[in-house]
Amino acid sequence: MAEKKEGRIRIEAGKQMKKLMADHFYELDEAARTGKRKVAWCTSVGPAELLRGMGFLVYFPENHGAVLGATRAAMDYIPVANAAGYSPEICSYLTSDWGAFLKGETPLSKIYKGIESVPKADVLVYNTNQCRDVKDWLACYAREWKVPLIGVETYRGVGEVTGTHVEGIAYQIEELVPTLEEVSGEKLDMDRLKEAVRLSRECSELWKKVLDTAQAVPAPITFFDGTIHMGPAVVARGTQEAVDYYNLLLPELEKRVEGGVQAVPDERYRLYWEGMPIWGKLREFSTQFFELKTNVVASTYCNSWIFTALDPDDPFRSMARAYIELFIVRDDRQKEKYITKMMEDFKCDGIIFHDAKTCPNNSNSRYGMPQRLAAETGMRTLTIDGDLNDMRCVSDEQVQTQIEAFVEQLAEVTA
Amino acid sequence: MLDSDGEILGSSVVRTGIDLPSATQTAISDALAAAGVKDKDAEGIRIVSTGFGRKNVSRADASKTEIACHARGCYSFYPEAITVVDIGGQDSKVIRLDASGRRLHFKMNRKCAAGTGAFLEEIASRLDMSLDELNGHAAAADSETTIGSYCTVFAATEILARIRAGADLASIVRGVFSSVVNRILEMAPLEGKVVLTGGVVAHNPFLVKMIAKRVEGSVVVPPEPQLTGALGAALFARDEPRD
Repeated sequence: MAEKKEGRIRIEAGKQMKKLMADHFYELDEAARTGKRKVAWCTSVGPAELLRGMGFLVYFPENHGAVLGATRAAMDYIPVANAAGYSPEICSYLTSDWGAFLKGETPLSKIYKGIESVPKADVLVYNTNQCRDVKDWLACYAREWKVPLIGVETYRGVGEVTGTHVEGIAYQIEELVPTLEEVSGEKLDMDRLKEAVRLSRECSELWKKVLDTAQAVPAPITFFDGTIHMGPAVVARGTQEAVDYYNLLLPELEKRVEGGVQAVPDERYRLYWEGMPIWGKLREFSTQFFELKTNVVASTYCNSWIFTALDPDDPFRSMARAYIELFIVRDDRQKEKYITKMMEDFKCDGIIFHDAKTCPNNSNSRYGMPQRLAAETGMRTLTIDGDLNDMRCVSDEQVQTQIEAFVEQLAEVTA
Repeated sequence: MLDSDGEILGSSVVRTGIDLPSATQTAISDALAAAGVKDKDAEGIRIVSTGFGRKNVSRADASKTEIACHARGCYSFYPEAITVVDIGGQDSKVIRLDASGRRLHFKMNRKCAAGTGAFLEEIASRLDMSLDELNGHAAAADSETTIGSYCTVFAATEILARIRAGADLASIVRGVFSSVVNRILEMAPLEGKVVLTGGVVAHNPFLVKMIAKRVEGSVVVPPEPQLTGALGAALFARDEPRD
């Protein structure tokens, strides 16, 4: 029987996830300290499959940003970066991460005994599909360590994905190979690349099935669970370990669905979360929704690590397609269609847009989208002001009041 | 405090200060006293708390957000499709109701104090006058000094610059009122009949006139607009069964 904590039912597979994450960071730490394997830093939807296929261990600085946020260490480090000339208006993943580096600290040290720093990179690889900030972020380290900074410059505001988009991105990914071969000292092995793409695709499909279990009413999992259990999809996509993890998690959730186990007991309302998590307040929000008997069952964020276009028989072009089909680089019309379908599939009663002060690319409320969706579909929307890591931008009382009032409003309109 | 017909029997407004339990106890006791009810006889009277700190009222049977309560309070006076604008001390909100009183949409001000009572408090302090004096100055002005900044702190700095440039005090206060109005109008479209509530409206009737000039529909203020939220809470207390 799954253990209960504060009324919540713990996900048993989580123990295995903790081991996977620990192995990930210790392996990187050892590689960086001993030089036994080469370390590549990669932005969240950068060409991780290529890097794995070329034998690199891959470290994701955005994951470190999330750790900084969730542990609330970010607030110790953002001011350090601000003082060093990095504006409070730019990405707070960047400022918290770079501030921590300037102080010679990392929250990984507290979680994983013996790790003293983030793993030094041999090469830094970006895809600007997230934003320009990820490139600027890695550039800090490129200057510091004098290692190559290479990457993909994305298209943005993409409507229908065309062959031109795919070819353009695929060409850029292929252009990365010579530098990566130089750094790794090995020639690209196409079979190994195909295997990484195959594993990444398998991980994506399993992760999608995990998230889709929340289409059940009541849902067996929350958005807040998703932000934790996405860890392997983020840091280990393209590995067998990530596939194994989701093969463990999925049946546990399917069993919950069969047994009618509710992640939020007496689930009354179901919401969609659009935008970044507020990492420093995950527990508070999770608790508030739990008490309001409201489950945030779906999100753009957790679904952003689903890359079903990946095809091991056509690795470069399929990677390109996967990276350009991504929600974040699409135009508003495509985003609205996506959200509308998700709201239907997950039977959501309303949507919360998080306007993250330092993350414009993940804040989709700024160009009238909530108003358009409300007018076109009758969708009930709420926009809250906050941030992913900079808690100076979050007003607890105001946000909590808005969420409570939104749920009151849902009760009125569905009565 | 209401009777079963919704008639107001008693009310009280106290400053919360730093001792919330004491302030809420005082407010409840004073409201009961105004209604002619002794505290010891209050058992059985259902209490709904609202506003910031609503979760900290130990005597409350339930709590509702100020958004729900202002909407409910206003609808009791104007039972039709309305847009409620509450300009409170700490926040402002625009709430759209349909003809049956259901909330269609609401919007709160962003995190900063612009467009709230806190902004006026800060500016009154900078101008070395009491809050009560602001309305008279704004009404008496025959010109208006533009205050452009979103930010309360920057607005105060801007005002100091205007004073140094020789601007008339009344003109500056009129500009400050305009700034509040602008912040409200930026929040959401004010459609149909607009109902204004909150302490800022209660104490600054000239601000109501300024808003009325800027919107297309009619603008009304319910009786005792500072109490509209409390009235809404009391209506919820009257109508909803004890948990």
